[in-house]
Amino acid sequence: MARIMSLAEAVAENVRDGDTVAMEGFTHLIPYAAGHEVIRQGRKDLFLVRMTPDILYDQLIGVGAARGMKFSWGGNPGVGSLHRFRDAVENQWPRPLEIEEHSHAAMANAYEAGAANLPFAMLRGYIGADLPKVNPNIKSVTCPFTGEVLAAVPAIRPDVTIIHAQRADRKGNVLLEGIVGVQKEAVLAARRSIVTVEEIVDELSPPSPNSVVLPTWAVTAVTHVPGGAFPSYAHGYYPRSNAFYIRWDEIARDRETFTAWIKENVLDARPEDYARHAAKTAAKVA
Amino acid sequence: MTDFTPTEMMTIAAARELSNDDVCFVGIGAPSAACNVARLTHAPGITLIYESGTVGTKPDVLPLSIGDGELCDTALFTVSVSEMFRYWLQGGRITTGFLGGAQIDRFANLNTTVVGPYDHPKVRLPGGGGAPEIASNCGRIFITMALSKRGFVEKLPFVTSMGHGEGGNTREKLGLKTKGPTRVITDLCILEPDSETKELTVVSIHPGVSRERIVENCAWPIKFAETVIETPAPTETELSVLRDINARTKKAHEGTGPGKEAA
Repeated sequence: MARIMSLAEAVAENVRDGDTVAMEGFTHLIPYAAGHEVIRQGRKDLFLVRMTPDILYDQLIGVGAARGMKFSWGGNPGVGSLHRFRDAVENQWPRPLEIEEHSHAAMANAYEAGAANLPFAMLRGYIGADLPKVNPNIKSVTCPFTGEVLAAVPAIRPDVTIIHAQRADRKGNVLLEGIVGVQKEAVLAARRSIVTVEEIVDELSPPSPNSVVLPTWAVTAVTHVPGGAFPSYAHGYYPRSNAFYIRWDEIARDRETFTAWIKENVLDARPEDYARHAAKTAAKVA
Repeated sequence: MTDFTPTEMMTIAAARELSNDDVCFVGIGAPSAACNVARLTHAPGITLIYESGTVGTKPDVLPLSIGDGELCDTALFTVSVSEMFRYWLQGGRITTGFLGGAQIDRFANLNTTVVGPYDHPKVRLPGGGGAPEIASNCGRIFITMALSKRGFVEKLPFVTSMGHGEGGNTREKLGLKTKGPTRVITDLCILEPDSETKELTVVSIHPGVSRERIVENCAWPIKFAETVIETPAPTETELSVLRDINARTKKAHEGTGPGKEAA
């Protein structure tokens, strides 16, 4: 059964130095508040996993919390590069970053394999592409029925997966809706999971089309963090701050401005600060 | 005739490639603009799919990112990313993929991974995302990119997604039954692979563009087809639809929330 606890407790109990950590969210419901708590608690040597690492992983890489990253597309969507990620790969600052690179199709299949308790995933993929030449974790299998050669990648089995969702009830059942990404697969593939939510309610409202429910017995910890996905968005609660994504390009371009930003807004800030930002965003749009 | 920019010509020429019957996997940026202009002009019945899982979406403004809420709000339905890649893309249900890239070679292979050696890159780009499988699993591929020597290169440092490989029958030899890239739409001209060699060849030149300018902006000795036509200039309707959606998009993205506060 999921335990309902504070964000600080959830991170302290479930995220350990050296862990393989997936913080998923496909543009939507990215668990920023939880990621910042990981930075505040000083976790190190993490192996980060995510299909679309964007600003949050740029921050974790920039503070030196990551020893490596498995990913399929690393950029600031619609804006440009992740400068802290590039600085780590191109100049080994603040430390070298081991990368394991896949395609989206392979990562999505690898999460499903993890959730399904299989050792690997197969797909009709990577045909004519160079990634298999540089990633020894892309191999091939031959279909025992047709003889077709297919791509194979290892299942993703994070030590801990962290996601953000709209609602949980008091028992710890969790509901997500809108663009649901690979969050369900990532939670079910992991040994432990933390879900931050906008609201804790007496009863989950009837699910909308394409909503996902994670039952309490499949989740480790649930924590109430309104605005926990900001500056990404929570469908039905607040929109994405595109302005922040655009502004991040300036902040992250330079090591000094990045470090100053992290100190002011993450290391010296508290989880409650998110509620304030999200409320402001919602008020502007309404 | 109203004046138009090369980028507007590129977007409109790309939009014209699509029809009502297309089920189209849309890349962000120029492909997204082209697909939505097609939907708002001659192809109102087109099905647009974004890799975030939105199917049959009809955004009023162009998404900054492939997972914007606008795409889900206006979609016929939304699925998980795993289902998108397994059932819909790999299942062969998508007729057309629309891609862009940082670099392309003469056989329409694309690079969005690294410039320089993979282990010690000069420039680390975002990576392939959905492109490697979009390129092989969609019925055919359109590519849209501005023509420049930096982008249209003699040899790719890294093949992120295969177009026609080494040319000729590379795709068939690898067991692919899909067509691969059939049109490359640039800001100066349109290219198609030669039917035998699969080398990209100029088939249409945009109004006011000289052959010399095309040659100067491509890093390989670019070939022209025997018959080259002039791309019809954008119509008033096409231009006004494109400019309207760009204006709505700009306004919407300026208005989405504080940028100065902490995240």
